[in-house]
Amino acid sequence: MSTPSTAPTGPVHVTGTVLTTRAVGAYTHLTLVAPGIAERMRPGTFVAVSVEGQLLARRAFWIHRVRHAGGHGMTLEIVVEQVGAGSRWLAAQPVGAKLAVTGPLGRPFALPKRDADPVSCVLVGDGHGAAPMFLLGERLRERGAVVTMLVAGADEAHLLSALEARRSARSVTVVTEDGSVGSRGRVADHIGEVLRRAAADVVYAAGRPSVLRDVAEAAETHGAWSQVAPELPLTCATGLCQGCPLPVVGEDGVARTVRSCYEGPVVRGDRIRWTELAP
Amino acid sequence: MSVLEDLRLRGPVLTASGCGGTGRELAPYVDLATLGGFVTRSITLAHRTGAAGRRIVETPSGLLNAVGLQNPGLEPFLARELPWLHQQGARVIVSIAGASPGEYADLAQRLAVAPGVSGIEVNLSAPDQRGSGVYDVREPFHAGSVVSAVRRETPSRVPVLAKLRSDVVRAVEVSRTVAEAGADAVVLGNALPAAMPDGRPARLSGPAVGPLALRCVAQVCQQLPALPVIGCGGIATPADVRAFLDAGAVAVQVGTAQLHDPMTLSRLITARQEDA
Repeated sequence: MSTPSTAPTGPVHVTGTVLTTRAVGAYTHLTLVAPGIAERMRPGTFVAVSVEGQLLARRAFWIHRVRHAGGHGMTLEIVVEQVGAGSRWLAAQPVGAKLAVTGPLGRPFALPKRDADPVSCVLVGDGHGAAPMFLLGERLRERGAVVTMLVAGADEAHLLSALEARRSARSVTVVTEDGSVGSRGRVADHIGEVLRRAAADVVYAAGRPSVLRDVAEAAETHGAWSQVAPELPLTCATGLCQGCPLPVVGEDGVARTVRSCYEGPVVRGDRIRWTELAP
Repeated sequence: MSVLEDLRLRGPVLTASGCGGTGRELAPYVDLATLGGFVTRSITLAHRTGAAGRRIVETPSGLLNAVGLQNPGLEPFLARELPWLHQQGARVIVSIAGASPGEYADLAQRLAVAPGVSGIEVNLSAPDQRGSGVYDVREPFHAGSVVSAVRRETPSRVPVLAKLRSDVVRAVEVSRTVAEAGADAVVLGNALPAAMPDGRPARLSGPAVGPLALRCVAQVCQQLPALPVIGCGGIATPADVRAFLDAGAVAVQVGTAQLHDPMTLSRLITARQEDA
């Protein structure tokens, strides 16, 4: 019998402090002291950071890891890929910098019931979309699930923490497009074989929509459930502006547009109308 | 406070339509009961899925949006959203949009008798793409027709606000027309017509449009002093609120700033209380 959670829920908006910053391959990892957020997070949820200056949209990042850090209490780590002015600004923030942070935001990955039979789970992380997968792997293992990971990236620099994946999962497949590490190819080239070997019941994935579409289709073919978190541009990230449309089909069969930041980012792979989602 | 009371507002800081979600998403950051009013996103008779593809693009000092009036439609709004907002103690002002004056009238008729509606805001800023194209709500005559149709269906105890865009050439003319048609107040302004980088029609909001909105507010307040004006456009700081109130506005609406920092409304309300 499960006991009701007493953990606080709902997002909070706080002033965070950069505790550490380090370059890892093509990414910058920031550890933030952001009171209340780490305690509330569940794998698949994210934080949004307001950028100073003239940039009005906010920047959303997966919560990669949470940990207890001495006198700072719970901290959280985010992974920043420098793709524009906002992410460049954030990656350049020094230790001690103050940031306006909101989180945890979004709908997390659904976990199997605690008293369920062991479930075979395949976790797919594409690029820095692999960020939430390690905590998810740990939570799944706590529930007795058998965890297999597929970590993918364009090249070694865009491959997130493959070493760490080996700690979170029973078996790990590493795929790079240029073949610099692991097997050469794209997720689509390897996902079918990974699902077959793992005898997967559930597939969890985060990353670019084009990659997730392949994962969802492979899961369907294999007969597994899929939960996917497509990375889409988010403006407010809090559900206010309707700027992140995610075309889905409801359980009643009716086509709808939901907000990726609020009704998502995690949705069932077989519910997304992929043809209407830009890659 | 008498004008605010006439308008059934609880204070001078309101949400701007389209930037407060359904209210549930805003509630973690501000007590909805402390808002002067919660203005809903524009509600249409039938459900609309909104625009496909990229909807919001950042520009220097502004956001471009092409959301396309996504909303659940009137019936689901009345069934699910309005009762919840009312329960939170929010003063609910329902923004309405239609493709014809008849649609606006139908919306007003249903909303005016719904428990928990404190006012109706008529969205007159952009022509409805679903309309026949024979009328444009930005034209004073047509805007007046829409407001007349809404006023006819709305008991006098429910205020009707007309939301106009910041058109410095015609702000006074349109304001006068909608006031004569029965609007209790005007909201100036709204996101301005613009284009996405790929050329699709869009609307620009944020700090970039603030000075234009302020100019319109000042002009209308000077020339039509009896007409309550609510300012909207680029408002983010207590100084912005003061500037609009000093220009003659009775209240302000906050939109884009709330998307950048969800505590903006809360902060502005606290600042007003400290000023008072």
